[in-house]
Amino acid sequence: MLRGSDRARRGSLLLPASTGNVWVALGSTVVVFAGLALIVVNSPGWPKVKHGFFDPAEFRAYFGTIGHAFVLNIKIFLVAEVLILTLALVLAVLRQLPGPVFFPIRLLAIGYTDLFRGIPTILLVYLFGFGIPTLQLAHVTNNPVYLGAAALVVVYTAYVSEVYRAGIESVHPSQEAAARSLGLTRGQTMQTVILPQAVRRVIPPLLNDFIGLQKDTALISVLGPVEALQRATLGASSEFNYTPYVVAAFFFVLITVPQARLTDWLIERDRKRQMAGGRV
Amino acid sequence: MSTATPALVCRDVHKSFGKLEVLKGIDLSVDEHEVICLIGASGSGKSTLLRCINLLEQINSGSIEVGGQEITGPGVDVNQVRRGIGIVFQAFNLFPHMSVMGNVTLAPRKVMGLSRSQAEAEAAELLDRFGLADKRDEYPDRLSGGQQQRVAIVRALATHPQLMLLDEVTSALDPELVAEVLNVIRELAEGGMTMLIATHEMGFARDIARRVCFLDEGVLLEQGPPEQIFSSPREERTQQFLQRIIEAGRM
Repeated sequence: MLRGSDRARRGSLLLPASTGNVWVALGSTVVVFAGLALIVVNSPGWPKVKHGFFDPAEFRAYFGTIGHAFVLNIKIFLVAEVLILTLALVLAVLRQLPGPVFFPIRLLAIGYTDLFRGIPTILLVYLFGFGIPTLQLAHVTNNPVYLGAAALVVVYTAYVSEVYRAGIESVHPSQEAAARSLGLTRGQTMQTVILPQAVRRVIPPLLNDFIGLQKDTALISVLGPVEALQRATLGASSEFNYTPYVVAAFFFVLITVPQARLTDWLIERDRKRQMAGGRV
Repeated sequence: MSTATPALVCRDVHKSFGKLEVLKGIDLSVDEHEVICLIGASGSGKSTLLRCINLLEQINSGSIEVGGQEITGPGVDVNQVRRGIGIVFQAFNLFPHMSVMGNVTLAPRKVMGLSRSQAEAEAAELLDRFGLADKRDEYPDRLSGGQQQRVAIVRALATHPQLMLLDEVTSALDPELVAEVLNVIRELAEGGMTMLIATHEMGFARDIARRVCFLDEGVLLEQGPPEQIFSSPREERTQQFLQRIIEAGRM
């Protein structure tokens, strides 16, 4: 149990919870941050910076409208993430199919990843958002939000499938041997033994890509939909002030930080349950 | 040899990894309820033979029959065959993301189609029999090596195999944990389980085996009752091997 609590502490920002240490940590934190704040505020360029980037009146004025526009970003990345996690998993599993029969499938999976990981995301957003409507396809939407989101899904599926693949390959072959020796089929082995271990191991890099996706929803602004960045751009150009951009940045950071903490917590909980966690 | 169908027959089994021939024509017959120990140096082919019987490796030529049915021919349902053969590995290979109960009930549920409650009831009985009843909700990493290996044995037993293959199951254990695992195997032997055991525990082999087979560089060089193999081996290579074992203080 002592080992468990040691583990819990590692990677945490807090020092061991003895009261004296907590006060020391608090004291030194206050001193350091107050010092930094004083240096910034008293530097010669500060009034200009404050006026251009951190104008409190502008901040208040745009907080609501940009926050409202940010809801569109949230909708886009939530729907996109579900699609990405599913499609990427399928792609990663397809790439693992054994035997000569599946060679073309493996080739397609590898080709997909190579292609869409190589194309700049914004280029694909342009290509989808402006290109597809010119084709005037019968059952394909011309809605720039959907087209932009589709471009993000295509790109991030390539990234995320590589993350899954790394996880799958990190599970020792003896695990597969053990499962197959019990009579499980290849598919059952993948589903019950390999993937659960693989996915647990890649949660941190998956979150990394998820945060990347959240930020890249701003790329859809080039197609015109009024999401947070577009709203901030409209604000900034009418006020000649960059504070609306800072407001938009604030919202992006606001949602990513809790996710990082949540993921840390999930991983820690899992590790505690398994003790030496996931190692074979 | 009895007249009943042997539990296992290997005929001229060859297996190569690339250019390296690991099994050079193994002939071996195991009767029902018979316990056979495979001895031999590391790399002599003991593990490979067990993995071939479990179809984890494909043989290059020859044939293997289990319970009278050829399992190395075309059109064999590999998963069906494996259900009837339990294998236990040197490194346990338990599933770290599942509890003991999860490990033991996986195959009964997924392969045999038992309901969760049915599988758990059977598993609880097995765990109880091998002194692991209080560990059912633990995760493998929280158990000692001996406990993990016993769980691995129970997991292999859960599909009611007719044949058990044990691949140096005590080699990864601390010396003080070896006995608890050997006792489990002994109990299985007493219960009439047909077993093929690759082992370095010569004392145990002498004790439990009806027959001891000495493998040397992919050849089944000599086999016979343990008294004969251990006290008056005919082959020079067997004598040398046993001499080295005695010098190493392992017998």
